[in-house]
Amino acid sequence: MTLNIFFWTLILATPLGILVSLGEMSKIKPLKWVVNFYVWIMRGTPLLLQLIFVFYGLPIIHIVFPRYQAALFAFVLNYAAYFAEIFRGGFQSIDQGQFEAAQVLRLNRWQTMTKIIIPQVIKIVLPSIGNEVINLVKDSSLVYVIGLGDLLRAGNVAMARDVTLVPLVLVGVIYLLLISICAFILKRLEKHFSYYK
Amino acid sequence: MLEVKNLCKEFNNRPILKDISFTLKDGEIMTIVGPSGAGKTTLLRIIAGLETKDSGEILIDGKPYDPGKVGVVFQDFNLFPNLNVLQNITLAPTMVLKESKEEADQNAKKLLDQLQMNGREKQYPYQLSGGQKQRVAIARALAMKPRILCYDEPTSALDPNLRKEVEKMILDLKKSGLTQLIITHDLTFAKNVADQMLNVQPLSEA
Repeated sequence: MTLNIFFWTLILATPLGILVSLGEMSKIKPLKWVVNFYVWIMRGTPLLLQLIFVFYGLPIIHIVFPRYQAALFAFVLNYAAYFAEIFRGGFQSIDQGQFEAAQVLRLNRWQTMTKIIIPQVIKIVLPSIGNEVINLVKDSSLVYVIGLGDLLRAGNVAMARDVTLVPLVLVGVIYLLLISICAFILKRLEKHFSYYK
Repeated sequence: MLEVKNLCKEFNNRPILKDISFTLKDGEIMTIVGPSGAGKTTLLRIIAGLETKDSGEILIDGKPYDPGKVGVVFQDFNLFPNLNVLQNITLAPTMVLKESKEEADQNAKKLLDQLQMNGREKQYPYQLSGGQKQRVAIARALAMKPRILCYDEPTSALDPNLRKEVEKMILDLKKSGLTQLIITHDLTFAKNVADQMLNVQPLSEA
């Protein structure tokens, strides 16, 4: 469950984060307000509260998510907001001259973004995104408040049953291992993008 | 042929360009000189379509202006750092002019040969010197087959002793029939290459 939430959050929140960051920089004022409000709420309240709100709160107004979907929904919305802020920083650090060069070459907005801007942004934001990815591995343990089985919960149950610390230590080791793998993959990615400066 | 008639531009009610008019004939080189703050770069940006004009006319070959016919070599070149030399040049021809990859590659190699940059196709911009980056920027602009090539301060980002080389390159390009418009504050350089010089002076704030 830990891994499942982790992968799906990453896969869904990254593109959503890019879209939200474009919204934050949009010239359309109402869109900008809505997006900024969303980011403000998501970053300004605890993920734990958001999880509880989605699963236990929303059914009161007849929006019912099954446990897993509730968890994924809350995670994706929360992480997309953090990713958006990181991507916004990345986009804003791209030199205006890159956009102008693309414009005089008559590349359209989509071509400019996908071929020139986004590849450069990814390289810039990779270290910060890496940090969030590592947080995500650990945050995934929060799903146990809405009754989803995860690594931490399994450890807790085993500890209570056998009256021993071993399961908790084991859980710690597994988290360390997962995060080490993430860190390794991120390093490789950064290396992959180091073919240019 | 590029014709500019009575071009005017203001920023926040401050006049920058007033009644600029000139005609640049095919195959000729015109330099636009003047002190900094005189609006030289603004003029180039308007011709390149990066800035709007307030009034006046720009005609290319007698037809209303189309920014697609103007190529630009920026002062700091603005090469795409994530693409290698060949990709920098072929990106727009393949995506905008819908040239096939082979065709675009072949054209790019021809341009690089002409600019004495052959063998550097696979290098990235950070591996090139300033003068080499400039040549790639020129090749990138020429690959879009512009009617006119504009330069913003082609000598200022380069080592002073490279000025002669830039002169030679620009005159070589002239021989191939290219029409060129050059913004510069370097008078000697401007005189050495120009068929025509336009002097732009800062407008007083009266």
